[in-house]
Amino acid sequence: MISLWGDMNRRGQVVVALALLLLLVAPLGATRYVLSVLTLILYFVYVGQAWNLMMGYAGQLSLGHALYVGLGGYVSAALWVHFGIGPWLGVFPAVAVAAAFGAAIGWLGFRFGIEGVYFALLTIAFAEFTRIGFDHIGFVGGAGGLFIPYEEQRLGQWWNLRGSQLFFYYLAFALAAAAVLLTALLARSRLGYQWIAIREDETAARALGIDVFRAKLKAVLISSSMTAIGGVFYAFYYNSLFPAQLFDMGRSIELILGPIVGGTGTVFGPVVGAFILTPLGEILISVTEHLGINAPGAKAVFFGLTLMTIIYLVPTGVWPWLSRKLGLARRRP
Amino acid sequence: MSPLLAVADVGKRFRGLVAVDRVSFTVEAGDIFAVIGPNGAGKTTLFNMIAGVLAPNDGTITFRGERIEGRTPDAVCRLGVARTFQIVRPFPGLTVEDNVVIGALLHRTDMAVARRYARDILATLDLFEKRDFRASALTLPDRKRLELARALATDPKLLLLDEVMAGLRPTETDRMVDILRGVNRDMGVTILLIEHVMRAVMALAGHMLVLHHGAPIAQGRPEEVVRDAKVITSYLGAEATF
Amino acid sequence: MFTPMLSIWLNVVVQGVLTGLLYGLMALGLSAIFGVVRLVNFAHGEFAVVAMYAAFVLFRAFGLDPLIAMVPIAAVFFVVGFALQRMLINSFVGRPDHEQFILLVGLAIVLVNAVLIVFGPDAQPANLPYAFDSYEVGPLIIDKVRVFAAVAALAVCAVLFGFFRFTSTGTAIRACADNLIGAAVVGLDVRRLYAVTFGIGLACVGAAGSLMVTIADAVPSLGPAYTLLAFTIVIIGGLGSMAGALVAGLLIGVSEALAGFLIAPSMKSMFSFALLVAVLVLRPQGLLGKKPA
Repeated sequence: MISLWGDMNRRGQVVVALALLLLLVAPLGATRYVLSVLTLILYFVYVGQAWNLMMGYAGQLSLGHALYVGLGGYVSAALWVHFGIGPWLGVFPAVAVAAAFGAAIGWLGFRFGIEGVYFALLTIAFAEFTRIGFDHIGFVGGAGGLFIPYEEQRLGQWWNLRGSQLFFYYLAFALAAAAVLLTALLARSRLGYQWIAIREDETAARALGIDVFRAKLKAVLISSSMTAIGGVFYAFYYNSLFPAQLFDMGRSIELILGPIVGGTGTVFGPVVGAFILTPLGEILISVTEHLGINAPGAKAVFFGLTLMTIIYLVPTGVWPWLSRKLGLARRRP
Repeated sequence: MSPLLAVADVGKRFRGLVAVDRVSFTVEAGDIFAVIGPNGAGKTTLFNMIAGVLAPNDGTITFRGERIEGRTPDAVCRLGVARTFQIVRPFPGLTVEDNVVIGALLHRTDMAVARRYARDILATLDLFEKRDFRASALTLPDRKRLELARALATDPKLLLLDEVMAGLRPTETDRMVDILRGVNRDMGVTILLIEHVMRAVMALAGHMLVLHHGAPIAQGRPEEVVRDAKVITSYLGAEATF
Repeated sequence: MFTPMLSIWLNVVVQGVLTGLLYGLMALGLSAIFGVVRLVNFAHGEFAVVAMYAAFVLFRAFGLDPLIAMVPIAAVFFVVGFALQRMLINSFVGRPDHEQFILLVGLAIVLVNAVLIVFGPDAQPANLPYAFDSYEVGPLIIDKVRVFAAVAALAVCAVLFGFFRFTSTGTAIRACADNLIGAAVVGLDVRRLYAVTFGIGLACVGAAGSLMVTIADAVPSLGPAYTLLAFTIVIIGGLGSMAGALVAGLLIGVSEALAGFLIAPSMKSMFSFALLVAVLVLRPQGLLGKKPA
């Protein structure tokens, strides 16, 4: 931990400390709306970081991460609705189920040498398969959705994830901070170095004694478990779950835009990406409303154009470019 | 005492084409053993079988008393056989130091220990000054040494070098010869190398094996082998560069 | 001779085959782009939807039959594809998958939402005058529109096969797909060939989309579904195999029709995905793909 801090230069330390402080005191001055946007940003930092571990570090492109959000959310919500098992307990089976799916995908993909775009398609196939499956599972409401009831007497039971906007904001903050810390630690660990070696050159990694299959499987397991916890948060924050909303490919894409725009394979890329894209979406909504354009899709068109522009200008992500510009990174020839 | 590496009657066929035909040899601990032969003689195939990339069709490969044929490259490496690639493949986006750290982490779990060890090796191979460079920014001779450093960091008992001199100028070749001698003598690493540059082979090798069309045609001490009539007609006479 | 049950089954299969030919044509375009430019066109289905709306407008405004409108639409799509590759996509060739992915997902979002703005979210049926005509062949009752669309799709495929086999540009493109460095060494203008290929890929999807409007209502939300469908087909058929794309298109068409008939229409794509996973695991090079050396 100390070496983590010491690895940053003075300016980097100041920026990180300021950002943390700002986020901690933000609720003092923020309206309910701003707080909800910040919560969303932090949620995307968290799930983006989970995806970043698998893609940015281990180099395995998953386009089906909504699968783990959905499984985590549905398992914890169903346990609560049907059996009264609270999310602090329900999170364990939720993570276990998501990790089992992750293990199945990883095992199939890595054992049979399915790589790159093919692996990405395998992940999409699993997510879509599960989405359609959930549409037909009556126990969790099928396509009609599963709802966590609003109960007056449970308000403020934070241990059951029943709380105010403020509570969810700090929860999201804690999750995001933990994810960033975990990424930073992993990136400096033996496992992290093995992942990077695999990402850079699998053959060379193998020649250096790295058990590629195991290392990749660990990446999927960690990433899917983390994402499932994000799903638990999602379920109890929004209180309603629809297969078409949770498992949809659009959700998987939404989740990975932040880390890619921010910069994959970096600790702060997913943070920067989420802080760019989520507010951008919100700003576009209010701008289009302001201009009197209320056509559905107007916001999305601008969003798509911005995405193309960013990736065209800084293909490796905003954060590497930004940290160079601001002199936050240690210089390397 | 049993040899460090024993290759016995090893053969490999690709779709009926014989690439390596019943090759046997042993490498004693502490030796530098060279495999030479014209292009297409099966040297790299032989190498890949020892390194675990390919499984032989027949024969056995024994390393420190353990059968290793058909094992995966990472398993072979963990037993103490490290290799370099004919076309070097350092991790391009990483720094020189991190490249070597990845190797050092094989038998070290502590990051600081691995990093210290990586720096020691970089110093031995004259790469310490360039430790913060990206690997992609290095010149070819530097990259060759980086690849060697990375392999050495895995603490091998046996080092497989696939044409490590190729593409080097004569002065750089001499430097590499010195480095390899040092690695062999001071670090106690046994070396098995494939090489085209005869000058380097003659300077380094304690024993050598000549392959021709996948089959061994001569074996022994270098000064004996180069006098062998078969070797001279099939190989040395035509191609050798002294 | 035919029990009623058997004739129902036959009808379902034939309908699947006819739809499958359209799927195959759409996938052919993706296969060409994927196989030659090695670029993952994640906006493929969205282009199909744009073509559907183009055909829809041409029919509603000018009474132009989609079977004819297919020709100008494919031509326009070719030009668009050529220009797009030249101006935007070329600098992303050879870059990591996820960077290409973002560029094309951005494009897909723009396309599908532009359609949404213009036409709204509701399904738009073309209402062709012969939409409910059908042929009776023995026990089979076959929709006229499906036959027409399938024949047109086959015709386009035949033209493509001819192009790749007999023209010098087509041969050059195949050379690029086989061996990129070799192609550059012998002096082929790879950049131009890439642009042509992207143009052809979009022309395919333009033609397929035009035909699709005769058998399905145009809806913006079809975009991502068609992209997935096209990818599924290309991988099942085998990357770089044109015949494979067609065969897999038929396979998916039939499997969708059967699953829709036997289980539930909403579950039909589950079987496509199961098929995809099976192929990825058991025969990663695809049904008709070449084994990697």
